[in-house]
Amino acid sequence: MSAARLPAPFGRLVDRERSVTFSFEGRRITGLAGDTIASALAANGQWMLSRSFKYHRPRGLVSAAGLEANALVQVGHEPNVAADRRAITPDLDVRAVNTFGGLDHDLGRAIGLLSRFMPVGFYYRTFYTPRAAWKVWEPVIRRLAGLGTISPKAPHGYFDKAYLFADVAVIGGGPAGLAAALAAAEAGAEVLLVEDGPVLGGSATFARPEPNGVAAVEALAARVQAHPRVTVLTEAVCQGLFADHWLSVTQGNRLNKVRARSVVVATGAHESPAVFRGNDLPGIMLGSAAQRLMRLWAVRPGREAVVLAGNDDAYEVALDLAEAGVRVVAVADLRADPGSDPRVGAVRARGIAVHAGTTVAEALGQDNHVAAVRLAPVTGPGTFGAVGEPVACDLVAMSVGYVPATALLTQGGARIVPDDATFMPRVEDLPAGLFAAGSVGGVWTAERVVEDGTRAGRAAAAHAGHACPVPGPVAPDGEGRTWPIPVFPHPKGKEFIDFDEDLQVHDIIDAAAMGWDHIQLLKRFSTAGMGPTQGKLTNALVQGLLGRVTRQVAPRVGTVTIRPPITGEKLGHLAGRGFEPRRLTALHHRHEALGATMMVAGTWMRPAHYGPDLASAVEAEVAAVRQAVGMIDVSTLGKLEIRGPDAARFLERIYTWKYETLAVGRVRYVLMLDETGGIIDDGVAARVHAEHFYVTATTGGVDRVYRLMQFFNAQWRMKVDIANVTAAYAGINVLGPASRAVVQAVGTTVDLAPDAFPYLGVREGEVGGVPARLMRIGFGGELGYEIHVPASQAGALWDALIKAGAGHGLRPVGVEAQRVLRLEKGHVIVGQDTDSLTHPLEASLGWAVGRKKTDFVGKPALDILEARPQSRRLVGFALDPAAAVIPKENHLVIRDGRIAGRVTSITRSSTLGKVIGLAYVEPDQAGEGTVFTVRADGGTLVSATVVPTPFYDPDNARQEM
Amino acid sequence: MPLALLKAGFRSRAKAPPRELPATPDLRKSYDVVIIGAGGHGLATAHALATTWGVRRIAVLDKGYLGGGNTARNTAIVRANYLTPEGVTFYKESMSLFETLSQELDFNIMYTRKPHLTLAHTDASVRTMRWRAEVNKHLGVASELIDEAKVAAIEPCLNMSRDVRYPILGALHHPVGGTARHDAVAWGYAIRGAQAGVEIHQLTEVTGLRVEGTRVRAVETTRGTIEAGQVVQAVAGASSLMARHAGLRLALRTVPLQACVSQPLKPVINSIIVSGSLHCYIWQSQRGELVMGGAVDPYPLWSTRSTLDFKEGLMAHMLELFPFLAEVRMMRQWAGMADMTPDFAPIMGKTPLDNYYIDAGWGTWGFKATPVCGKRMAECVATDTQPDILKPFRHDRFTHFDQVGEAGAASVGS
Repeated sequence: MSAARLPAPFGRLVDRERSVTFSFEGRRITGLAGDTIASALAANGQWMLSRSFKYHRPRGLVSAAGLEANALVQVGHEPNVAADRRAITPDLDVRAVNTFGGLDHDLGRAIGLLSRFMPVGFYYRTFYTPRAAWKVWEPVIRRLAGLGTISPKAPHGYFDKAYLFADVAVIGGGPAGLAAALAAAEAGAEVLLVEDGPVLGGSATFARPEPNGVAAVEALAARVQAHPRVTVLTEAVCQGLFADHWLSVTQGNRLNKVRARSVVVATGAHESPAVFRGNDLPGIMLGSAAQRLMRLWAVRPGREAVVLAGNDDAYEVALDLAEAGVRVVAVADLRADPGSDPRVGAVRARGIAVHAGTTVAEALGQDNHVAAVRLAPVTGPGTFGAVGEPVACDLVAMSVGYVPATALLTQGGARIVPDDATFMPRVEDLPAGLFAAGSVGGVWTAERVVEDGTRAGRAAAAHAGHACPVPGPVAPDGEGRTWPIPVFPHPKGKEFIDFDEDLQVHDIIDAAAMGWDHIQLLKRFSTAGMGPTQGKLTNALVQGLLGRVTRQVAPRVGTVTIRPPITGEKLGHLAGRGFEPRRLTALHHRHEALGATMMVAGTWMRPAHYGPDLASAVEAEVAAVRQAVGMIDVSTLGKLEIRGPDAARFLERIYTWKYETLAVGRVRYVLMLDETGGIIDDGVAARVHAEHFYVTATTGGVDRVYRLMQFFNAQWRMKVDIANVTAAYAGINVLGPASRAVVQAVGTTVDLAPDAFPYLGVREGEVGGVPARLMRIGFGGELGYEIHVPASQAGALWDALIKAGAGHGLRPVGVEAQRVLRLEKGHVIVGQDTDSLTHPLEASLGWAVGRKKTDFVGKPALDILEARPQSRRLVGFALDPAAAVIPKENHLVIRDGRIAGRVTSITRSSTLGKVIGLAYVEPDQAGEGTVFTVRADGGTLVSATVVPTPFYDPDNARQEM
Repeated sequence: MPLALLKAGFRSRAKAPPRELPATPDLRKSYDVVIIGAGGHGLATAHALATTWGVRRIAVLDKGYLGGGNTARNTAIVRANYLTPEGVTFYKESMSLFETLSQELDFNIMYTRKPHLTLAHTDASVRTMRWRAEVNKHLGVASELIDEAKVAAIEPCLNMSRDVRYPILGALHHPVGGTARHDAVAWGYAIRGAQAGVEIHQLTEVTGLRVEGTRVRAVETTRGTIEAGQVVQAVAGASSLMARHAGLRLALRTVPLQACVSQPLKPVINSIIVSGSLHCYIWQSQRGELVMGGAVDPYPLWSTRSTLDFKEGLMAHMLELFPFLAEVRMMRQWAGMADMTPDFAPIMGKTPLDNYYIDAGWGTWGFKATPVCGKRMAECVATDTQPDILKPFRHDRFTHFDQVGEAGAASVGS
C-alpha cells in the first residue's frame, strides 16, 4: 500500500525539499515539512492510526479534517491529538491511544470478538448482581474506557491570553469567508478572519479546481491578506460563540478572546460518510479526504478505488483519483439515475464503470485495511438487493452528501431546521449581527458563494456601523448534493454510525425500539455523539436513522444541541497564566524580614506570628501587649469613606446602631445584618466630620459590604458618596500599656493626653511626620492606637515605631496572638463565632442594636426573631482544668446525646492561666456557672463552665487608660 | 459473562428488543395523582407512590423528554457530608437508598463509591470541615478531618505544594461519597414505575393550574386539561414559575449552574475533589472524562446558555490543584438552572393548598437527593402529612425564620 508522493501541483502544503523525522509507535517515520502526522504516516503506508473505542477495531482517517476520533493519537505527554490536523515536527513521539500492547498487536481485539454480547447500553443490564459485582467491574470498565493518557508528571506549557476586538469577525477562510472579510473591510470595518487550517482558501485548496478557480481564490486571499483593515489568524479555531459576540479562539498556546460587533460564520460544510458493513476499515474515507491527501500533502490515497457516489461531486473525486494515477475500479452511484452532468460523462469517457442505483453493501478487510467491497442494488431507503462478488480495491471514497457546520450558528442563537428539499439543515432565522455565508448557509456554487460572502460581509459591516449598500439574499442551491440518510443496515451488522463511540446501526435501532426514541434520550443511552468529536461527522446520520426507524418527523425526534467547544480548548488555554490575586500589605516585606510566618487571609497575606515556632511566638507576643507594647499590621481591614450630607443617616440604615448622635471625633462599633437578621459583618465607624465617616469592615467582608452599600444606595438615593479605600491606607495598631509613650516618642501633632484623646476617640494629625488618622480602639483590651496612614508611607511609620519602641519592649504581633488577645476580651469574630443564621441576640451583641431606630437592614427580621424563643446563645466558657483533651474549634456541645451547640473559639490563655473559649449552648445552659459537655477529638467528653466575658479585665479599665 | 449479556448476545438480530421506556400514552380525563416534571425526583415519587403506596392512576407530565432537565445536567456526585443535622439526616437516608438502588430497580445505575475530599485551604475552612465532620459522625455518617499527608495519600496527583496561592492544609474526607449514572437513575425509575402502572407523558407541557378555593382542581396542558386528585410539582429550574400557576410564591432565586467535561482519558484521578475556596470540583467518570464544575453563576437568569468566563475561572483554579491537566482538552460544556433558596436547603412537602405538594429549591444539590425525595414525597402525598424528615424543609420556613443554614456545605455545586 505504500504510496509514493504525487507530483506537483499535488501537495500544496508540503515542502519536498525538507524532510522531517518523527516516531510512531516507536518506529522512525520520515515525512515532509507541512505534513500532518496522518499524512506523513499515509505516505509511508501506515493507514491504521488507532484502535476503536470499544471493539479495538483498526481505524484510519475518514475526514482528514479532525472530525472523528479515529485520528486521535498520543503525542508525548499530550493526549488526544488529532493526527490529521497536527503538523509534524522533528522527534515527535507519537503513539496510538487505547491499545493494550501497541497498535498492531492490540490485545484489546479480544473484546471485539465479544461484541455481540455488548448490546447498546449493556452496562445498564448487568454488573450489579450481586451488589459487589460492580466493585469488581467498575475499575475494569474504567481501564478499558478513555483514550489518551495524562501523567501527573506531565510538564505543562506556557499559555496566555489576548483580547482582540473587531467590527466584523469572520469564521472560516474559504471563498465565502474571504469574500465576506474583503467586503466588510472595503466597507470600512476592522475585520478579524479566523481560519483553522494553515492556509486560506477552504475547499478551493483541495477540491477539483474549476477553470481559473484556484487563481481566483488565491487572488481573493491575497487581497484579503494585503488589506490593512483585515487581521488574519490561521491555524486558529473558533471554539465557541458566546453571548454578545464573545468568541473563544485558540491559536497555539494562546486563547484569543474576541469581541466583535458582527460575526460572519463561513464554516462551510463537511461530507457525510455512508454507513455499510465494514465501513470503518482504514482506506474507507470521504471523497474530500482523498482529495485533501492528494492536493494538500501529495499523498496517493490508494491504488485501486471504488467511489461511492450520492451526488455529482463524487465524479470530481473519481476524476481526481484517475488523474493522480489511482485506478478507479467502479463508481457506485446511490442514485437511480446519475443524470447528465458533464462530470459524470467525463468519468464514463475514461472507461470507468458507473453502477447506477448501487451501494456498497459490505467492505471486506485484510491486514487492517480495506481489500474489497461487495456492491448491491439499492432497493429502498436503507435497503439493498442481491449482493455482488467482491470487487478488489484498497480505497473507498465516499461522496454521498454534506452536513453544514452550523454549530457556531446554533450557539449564536440561529434557528436551524431540517429541509426536505436538500436533506440538509437550513438556517431559518439569524439573530441581529450574526450572518452565515457560503455552504453553511445553503449557497454552494463557486461564483454564488463569493456573491453570498460579499453580501454577508457588507451586511455585517453595516450592522457594525459602516453604512454600505447591502445586496439582497443569494438564493440557496443545495438541492441534489445530499443523498438522504445513506445508512444501509446489514444482517450481520458492523455498520458503524458513530466511529468515536463504536456504535453500529442496530445499536441505534435497538435503543429506539427499547424506548429511548427521542434524540436526546437516544444520545444519552447509546452515547451517540458523546465521543471526543461530539458526533460532528455522524450526528446527522444518527438523527436521520432515528427518524427513519421511528417514522417520526424531526421536531418530534428533536435535535441535539451542539455545545462549545468545537475542537476543544486545552485546560491550560482557559486557565491562562496564573493570575490569582495575592494581596500584600505595604508592610509585607518588613514582616518577612522579621522572620514572620505568613498565612492566607482572604485575598491577603498576613503574618501569623513572628519566628518559626507558633507556641512560643504567640506567648511572647501576647505578653508584650499585656505588659509592654505590641504592633499589629491591620492594613487588611476593609476601609470605607462615607461622605455627604446623608452620611450619618446612611450608616443608620446600613448598620444596627445609632450614628446621627455620634459626636465628631468619636468612634462607634458597627454591626451589619442581612435581610434575614443574620450577622454579616462588623467594624467601627469614626466620625471625622459631621458629613464624613471613616468605616472599617472585616478583611474578608469588605467587598460584600461595599457592594451592599452601593446596592442599597441605588435604591435609597441618599446624598452620600461611598469609596472603598482599603488598599489606599495601611493600618498599624500600637497596643499595650506603653503604646502612648511609643507614639509620643515617634512624635505626633495629636494631643495624646487621656482627656484630650479618650478611648473611642478619633483624631487626625501627623505621626512621625506622616499624615495619619488615629483611633483609640483595639481588639486586645489594652491602651492602644490604631494608626491609619497612606499605604505609601506605612513603611516609614513602621520603621519609626520600631525604633521608638525599642526601649519600651515593643514587639511585632501576628494574627495568632491577636486572636488570643481578642478572645481574652471575649470579642466575637464574624464568620468564626457566627454562622449564616446567627442574629445579634444569640451572639450577645444585642447592645449594638439601636432599639429606638425605625429602620435598618434586617430590622423587620430581627424584630420577629427577637420575639421568638431563643434556640441558642453564644457564651464564654472556661475549660475544666482537669480536662484530658483540649477541644478544638467546632467540636460539638453534647447534651443528653444530642447536638446542643458547638465551640466556636478556644485558646489557652497564658495571661489567665487557663483554657477559655466561646461556644453556642442552649439558652437554659447559658447561665453563669452552668457546666456543659464538649466532645473533643477521639470522642472524649470534657466539661466546661460558663463564665462571664470579658475573661480579661472585665471592667475594661486597661483599654480606657 | 453475566447472564443478561449472554441472553442479549444470542437474541436474533431480526427481532426488535422489547420496549422498556414507556411510550407516551393518550392523556386520560383524570388521575389520582398528577406529577409535573418527569425528572429524577418526579419519576422516583411516581415509582414510590405506585410500588409502596399502591396508588394506581398516576400521570407524570414533562414539557420535554424524560430526565431532560437538571437530571440530565448534573455532575452525578452523591454524598451526605452536609453541615446541619437536618441536612445530614436527610442525605444519609438518600445515600442508603442509592446503595441498593441498582438492585431495587433491576437496572444498573452505576452507583460507585469514591473517596470524597473537600479541601481546606485556610484555617477558616479547616474549622468548617471539622464542624461538618463532627456533625456527620454524630449522625453516623463517615466523615473525618484529615491532614495534608492523608490527602496526598488518597489522591497522589494533587498538587500539595505549599508554594501556591491556596495551599492545601487538609480536607474533609467522606469515604462513602460517590457517583451514580444520573440518566440511569431516571430511566430506572421510569421503567419500573411504568411497569407498576405509572403513565409518563413526555412533550406534555403544563400551561396552567385550575385552582378553586384551596384545591387544585385540574391541570391544563398542551394536550388537554386533566382533573387531578393530588398534584405534585417537581420542576427544578422552573419551580417558581410553576408555583405561580398555583398562586404560591417561593423563596427562590434561579441562577445558571455550569459544568463541563474533558475529552476521555485513561484513569488518573480516583476520588472526588472539591474545593470551596477555589470554587471547583472534579472527578473522572467511568468513560474517562474529567467531570468539572464550580459555583453557580453570579447572576439570576432563566437560561441554559454556557459562558467562556465560567470555563476560564474554573480552569484557573483547577490547574492550581492539578497543574498537569494543562494539556487536556475540553470536550463539552453546558448549563442548568438552579433554584437557590436563601439557606441552601430544599423546599419540600405540603403547601397552603390542600392537594398541592412541592418539591423545589434544589439549587445545586438535587441529584443526590433523588431516591429519598421519591420515597418521602410519595409518603407525604399518600398520607397527606409531612414526614418528620421533611419537616425542616417546609415551604413556609422563610416567613417563620426557621431556616436550615446549609450554606457552609452546599455552596459549590457538587
